[in-house]
Amino acid sequence: MKVCDTCGCNLTPGNRKFAYKPVEPGATTVSVLQNLLKKNDDQAAHNRAHFDARGILAVNLMSSPGSGKTALLEATIRALKSEFGIAVIEGDLETENDAERIRAQGVPAHQIVTGTACHLDAHLVHDALHHMNLDGIDILFIENVGNLVCPASFDLGQHANVTLLSVTEGDDKPAKYPVMFRAADVVLITKTDLLPYLDDFDPVRSEMHVRHLANSAPVMRLSARKDAGMEAWFDWLRQQLAAQRARVNSGTTRRPAIQAEGARMHSSNI
Amino acid sequence: MHELSIAQALVEQVARIAGEQHAEYATHIRIRIGPLSGVEAELLASAFPLAAAGSLAEHARLDILQAPVRVRCQTCGAESDATANRLLCGACGDWHTQVISGDELILESVELEMREANESV
Ligand SMILES: Nc1nc2c(ncn2[C@@H]2O[C@H](COP(=O)(O)OP(=O)(O)OP(=O)(O)O)[C@@H](O)[C@H]2O)c(=O)[nH]1
Ligand SMILES: [Mg+2]
Ligand SMILES: [Zn+2]
Ligand SMILES: [Zn+2]
Ligand SMILES: [Zn+2]
Ligand SMILES: [Zn+2]
Ligand SMILES: [Zn+2]
Repeated sequence: MKVCDTCGCNLTPGNRKFAYKPVEPGATTVSVLQNLLKKNDDQAAHNRAHFDARGILAVNLMSSPGSGKTALLEATIRALKSEFGIAVIEGDLETENDAERIRAQGVPAHQIVTGTACHLDAHLVHDALHHMNLDGIDILFIENVGNLVCPASFDLGQHANVTLLSVTEGDDKPAKYPVMFRAADVVLITKTDLLPYLDDFDPVRSEMHVRHLANSAPVMRLSARKDAGMEAWFDWLRQQLAAQRARVNSGTTRRPAIQAEGARMHSSNI
Repeated sequence: MHELSIAQALVEQVARIAGEQHAEYATHIRIRIGPLSGVEAELLASAFPLAAAGSLAEHARLDILQAPVRVRCQTCGAESDATANRLLCGACGDWHTQVISGDELILESVELEMREANESV
């Protein structure tokens, strides 16, 4: 599509003032240069301020349906609930099942049933916060709707993104869903107990695809079912919580990789 | 798909701007999106009429400018074209790059038809 001279896409600080001139009598062109998801982003920043005020680390889990997000949370809660206060927001198209699985582990969970929406957004998460008691919570996990496409586009107010890839899905998922895997602060290759049966899944190749997205996030291998490789993931969580506490003390915050430096460079700060 | 949510956000944003400008309706909307925004231009284009129906953007033309994927290398400093799943430096091949174009999802401009009463303002 052609680049036009009046629409604002050629704007630089030097020529911006010319963008506001009317095109013809009765009509005017307004240069905007705003992120299309600004309303969601503003709500996400508000959510993040809630978390920061309480010193909570918020972690968003994303993956295809059935990659093991809830199983990972169950095992994580079992291992860490005496160490940290944990709460969970569950996002699913239908059913309370996942929240019930979490409550069975003895921690609070709120289920968001999205109906037709295939992703969580910052408003849904804010509504959920009203239904939760966050006293004594150190880590809030948000399990997004199982979907490798759109959850990556919506900031929820979390501090970090975890993207799961189970060994039954094929090791080239990061190349097929670059937006999702570029947004990951850590990639977890899950269900590694099944690797002996899925000999065409090569974790090294998965990691290479993640690097090709210019993402230096750690890539960890684990099995929640067989309790293998979990310690590295727990240590990552401990580090993230320590980093969050340091940020809270210094009055700073962190947006996850979901909206990269590049996006800021050519959108919101113009 | 989420393109409908995005189209609804777009129409809301256009309506807000038109309100601020005391405009009657929008005639032309230009947005810029890159492949790394996670939004498909074609799906967004087909979702737009659904989202705009009954709004002051109902008859607006939507132009979608597709931004190319470009990276800047943190190792050698070169800027080069890349593809969505291979964000490698075109000069030295390193993956330590920064996306400088291709992840945007931006409302660039709106053309508005003004109300008579406000022409003298
Ligand atoms: N073998 C094996 N199976 C696992 C493991 N983790 C999860 N599963 C199984 O994978 C299936 C899906 O696991 P869930 O934890 O429900 O996956 P999910 O990502 O939460 O699924 P959705 O919320 O529906 O997207 C279940 O049958 C689990 O028992 C694992 O480490 N090894
Ligand atoms: Mg689940
Ligand atoms: Zn343009
Ligand atoms: Zn609030
Ligand atoms: Zn969606
Ligand atoms: Zn026009
Ligand atoms: Zn280079």
